Amino acid sequence: MEFVRPTTFADALAEKAARPQAVPILGGTDLMVGLNAGHPPPPALLDLTAVAELDAWAVDDDEVWIGAGVTYRRLITELGTLCPGLALAARTVGSPQIRNRATLAGNLGTASPGGDTHPVLLATGAVVEAASVRGQRAIPIDDFYAGVKRHALAPDELIRGVRLPIRRGPQQFAKVGTRNAMVIAVCSVAVALDVARRTVRVGVGSVAPTPRRALAAEDLASGLPWDGGPLDDDVARRFGAAVAAATAPIDDVRGTAAYRRHSVEVLARRTLAWALADLDRSEAWDGMTGRSEA
Amino acid sequence: MTTQAPSPVGSATPARTPGGIGESPARPDGTLKVTGQFAYSSDLWLDEALFGVTLRSPHARACITGIDIAKALAVPGVHAVLTHEDVPGLPYYGLDHPDQPVLAIDEVRYQGEPVAILAATDPHTARRALSLIEVTYDVLPPVTDARRAVFDPSIDRVHPDGNVVRHQPVRVGSADEVTADVVVVGEYEVGMQDQAFLGPESGLAVPAENGGVDLYIATQWLHVDRGQIARCLDLPEEKVRLTLAGVGGAFGAREDLSMQVHACMLALHTGKPVRMSYDRAESFLGHVHRHPAWLRYEHGATRDGKLVYVKATIVLDGGAYTSTTPAVVGNAASLGVGPYEVPHIAIDVYGARTNNPPCGAMRGFGAVQVCYAYESQMDALAAELGLSPVEIRIRNAVSQGSKLATGQVIDSPAPLADMLRRVASLPLPPSTVDSSGDLPGGYGNTTRGEGVRRGVGYGVGIKNICFSEGFDDYATARVRLAVVGGEPVVTVHTAAAEVGQGLVTLQQQIVRTELGVSTVLLQPADTTIGSAGSSSASRQSYMTGGAVKAACEAVRTRVAQRLGHSTVELVGGKVLAGDTIVDLAAAVGDEPIEETVVFRHRPTVPMDPVTGQGDSHVQLALCVHRAVVDVDVELGLVKVVELAAVQDVGRVMNRVALEGQIHGGSAQGLGLALMEEIQVVDGLVRNPSFTDYLIPTILDVPPMPLTILEHPDPHAPYGLRGAGEPPTLSSTPAIAAAVRAATGLRLRRVPIRPEHITHPT
Amino acid sequence: MRVTLTVNGEQRTADDVWPGESLLFTLRERLGLPGTKNACEQGECGSCTVLLDGLPVCACLVAAGQAQGRTVVTVEGIARYPGSIAARNERGADGAAPTAATADGSTLHPVQEAFVAAGAVQCGFCTPGLVVAVVDLLRTRPHPTDSEIREALAGNLCRCTGYEKILDAVHLAAQRLAAAGPDAS
Repeated sequence: MEFVRPTTFADALAEKAARPQAVPILGGTDLMVGLNAGHPPPPALLDLTAVAELDAWAVDDDEVWIGAGVTYRRLITELGTLCPGLALAARTVGSPQIRNRATLAGNLGTASPGGDTHPVLLATGAVVEAASVRGQRAIPIDDFYAGVKRHALAPDELIRGVRLPIRRGPQQFAKVGTRNAMVIAVCSVAVALDVARRTVRVGVGSVAPTPRRALAAEDLASGLPWDGGPLDDDVARRFGAAVAAATAPIDDVRGTAAYRRHSVEVLARRTLAWALADLDRSEAWDGMTGRSEA
Repeated sequence: MTTQAPSPVGSATPARTPGGIGESPARPDGTLKVTGQFAYSSDLWLDEALFGVTLRSPHARACITGIDIAKALAVPGVHAVLTHEDVPGLPYYGLDHPDQPVLAIDEVRYQGEPVAILAATDPHTARRALSLIEVTYDVLPPVTDARRAVFDPSIDRVHPDGNVVRHQPVRVGSADEVTADVVVVGEYEVGMQDQAFLGPESGLAVPAENGGVDLYIATQWLHVDRGQIARCLDLPEEKVRLTLAGVGGAFGAREDLSMQVHACMLALHTGKPVRMSYDRAESFLGHVHRHPAWLRYEHGATRDGKLVYVKATIVLDGGAYTSTTPAVVGNAASLGVGPYEVPHIAIDVYGARTNNPPCGAMRGFGAVQVCYAYESQMDALAAELGLSPVEIRIRNAVSQGSKLATGQVIDSPAPLADMLRRVASLPLPPSTVDSSGDLPGGYGNTTRGEGVRRGVGYGVGIKNICFSEGFDDYATARVRLAVVGGEPVVTVHTAAAEVGQGLVTLQQQIVRTELGVSTVLLQPADTTIGSAGSSSASRQSYMTGGAVKAACEAVRTRVAQRLGHSTVELVGGKVLAGDTIVDLAAAVGDEPIEETVVFRHRPTVPMDPVTGQGDSHVQLALCVHRAVVDVDVELGLVKVVELAAVQDVGRVMNRVALEGQIHGGSAQGLGLALMEEIQVVDGLVRNPSFTDYLIPTILDVPPMPLTILEHPDPHAPYGLRGAGEPPTLSSTPAIAAAVRAATGLRLRRVPIRPEHITHPT
Repeated sequence: MRVTLTVNGEQRTADDVWPGESLLFTLRERLGLPGTKNACEQGECGSCTVLLDGLPVCACLVAAGQAQGRTVVTVEGIARYPGSIAARNERGADGAAPTAATADGSTLHPVQEAFVAAGAVQCGFCTPGLVVAVVDLLRTRPHPTDSEIREALAGNLCRCTGYEKILDAVHLAAQRLAAAGPDAS
């Protein structure tokens, strides 16, 4: 087994091209668990923590770019306003020690159905920047997840970063676990409202072989109280039911399929209601870019 | 005697030596532990030491048809690969009786059963080579239903000894004939809890020049380890020397052997030191758990809430081997009605053998499972009668003079009714405001108050302290008083295992109080002195504490004799002999005084095999809990808001350490109530990790206000009462009752999972 | 492979490091620093918490090679090298400057003293990780509320204490640090 430690992203891509079986490592919070447990090691570890250009984020009028090496800690402390859904999800990840190391790109590379940030990336319409010596391509998040712990990256590709459209409305995230802290999701839900377009996107986690959107629930957007006022109980119920209907959960040690279907429905209703309540807080959603130093 | 008679130093009564009993001096190992210098059993290391690993069965039940070690042995760096054929002596071990193979012989009876062991130069090599051992199995269908194992005569025998390890009935009065105004019946289940100590099973075995072995080990009872190891190694006990290494928690899981014999075998075979250290997954497979239980209870009472009878059938799943199942059965039977006066009793407790993971000791030891069930029954009875949960308990509470189910009279204070009134009168916590994880769901951001209901519940438990049922239990202590640099210094030597509970501190406190000497050194616990018994059953303050106290008294008598008195007082480094006061250092001079004492508690008797009657317990201890919970009834998520306890401890020896025991025990009960379960399907453990075996985090454990009462037990040293286990009993039913109060559900199983609340059956 | 890093203020080199091994393994097995504890090796217990470039992390989840050139502070060094603001703000900064750790010149950090004094130590296996995590907490929040303490320590499991005495110890340490003045840590 080799340990490869490039200091520039170009070098990293060259290394990955030369060793397609090399496994990239950032926070190591998933990969090292397996190595510590004696799982068969890959032929090489490609350590990206010395690639300074990945440990950065930037924002322009259209989108927020988050480098592959940005930790959850930074998502929480630095991107809470620009990317509130991501920050909410990041806050539920593991422990402070994990959040000091783990990254969005790591979550994507592992592509676990229970990864905490996937529902938010789905709900916000994120784009994964995949790069290789052949060039760079943008993978819409809807096309990224290919199966349980499988994704759309080619063997020679690395994740350079993630692009999130500037938010156009409130975002919410909630996660059920069987402990109050430091727990893997039994189910999770993210909702993101686009106030100008009057649309809602919903992502769910831990309730199907891959994270996925709840398209039928998104179709109910026109019935939401965009101009203020309370969320109609019947609409909320139909929204929750549509989210639950989008799932294909299993029984496992963390929860039953029936419980997952039920709890994701409850979370969907609640997060939608919270997001709509945030609408009333008279923020200027359409004009905001939230530009800040990066 | 060559010492000159010391001259008097005055007549003013000297100041008491600080740090004695009743105070809370700092732990003597505290500085080492906060600086990372304390040597736990997984930290031990010697040059040239090999690393030992264990190959375990992946099957719950299978015949072994072949083991090929050739490829593993050929790996460079591998020094030994051993199987059952290499066990030098008795190939079995066990605390109650030896039925557990050191290494599997022809058949494996549980997943994780050790099959082969291997030593190599380093952990990586060892683990890689281990995977090259080829074992062929003929897989058999496992026996996994404990009730069928006991009651279904058609089911396979797990072991030649049969599937019932022990059946203990209790019969009082005529429970099958009497009738009652009100009857409640309930079936309950308790899941398989794990001790989940943080320090993994580990140790270092070093071959000795005399053909024996030195083992540095984290255990609860050095001498009973040694006896088992010596028999398996076919060595005389004196050639097996054990020294206690740092213990990273125990809670019962270190009563049985784990890697002890294996490490010694590898060390003796290779002639090199061998260290072993389990990883977390292996630890979950490598020690016994708390017995899962199925319990059916029927309680009959009068209209005014007085219990008439209790009938119960209880099956405890002991898994593949005996371990301590017989004693666990005895506790469940003798304490099966709880701390209540019941005129008619019919209880049958069965310890089953199955192909599930072996179960044995865990804090509370058989009293935990029944406590959850009988307390659930008391709440059901209260509801049926329209009484409050506190009132029904007060109306039936035992007190001094009451009889237990065994007929044993409680002959020391048992102020249960007072304890219940106290806990019920504590102020209730305010409702929770949504801030930083305080609502159910914690940091998951699952509610802003939607679906949240508050509930309050009570639980009461009674636990036997010390070993019961006629066990010849004793503890040995050696106390040596010498003068070093002109100052008196006491050295204490016992074999008692400090597992975190603070016994080291207590020993120093006792010496300071009894001998008035402030400098108290503790020799490492080892087998060069007699047994101290086990650090379990909440017994070490009583037993090793009693032994150290008695040894101090013997030393004090020797001091008195030197000065020509029959008794003296030793205070603040001085000897008070009649009207004169002399320096203790002068009295001791250059002739140290050393006394070794064996301390025994009062004898107990076995339970009658037919009626369960007999004075089987040494001491009994009570704890009462009130739990306040918030439940998100739509998501089934629970946040314990407060967990208040009232406990009678006889005498407070060290308040800070005592509170730590009650807090810790309560938190483990919380874990059993809400999240902790080894999930076993078809005999296979599904969650052997801290990712999926969840123990409470700091966010899950609420404030735990304590009311500590001191009603001395006249039979016990200082009047103390063992305190570590009782809170583990009562916190579980209190929390379950609180969740019931919040949800209106019956909740007949712990741990309560979210789906039990959202999808009740 | 060879890994060179700064541990507790000293440059240390570990040879024959297996590329897949954890920083925890390297510290314990190759650098003679067993104070950092090995309780789960999957980032679920916090017993192996160390400061890596000034931030608390689980040493079991850091590949040893990732620590090349970095600065690590373990429980063995926390009293003398309680971390470095410079290291925190500027990744890869070497040589956390020794700071006056204790007011009285003893070898314990006030957090360590408070853990002993408050009864927050029982078996002690979680203690090294907790001490490191609490030193970090009090650097950023000198007077934390119970909620803040719980959030900061949610990744450190303790099986013995039920956490009450740990909360007491953090408050006590905060008081002692405040009393000792701004240079204490």
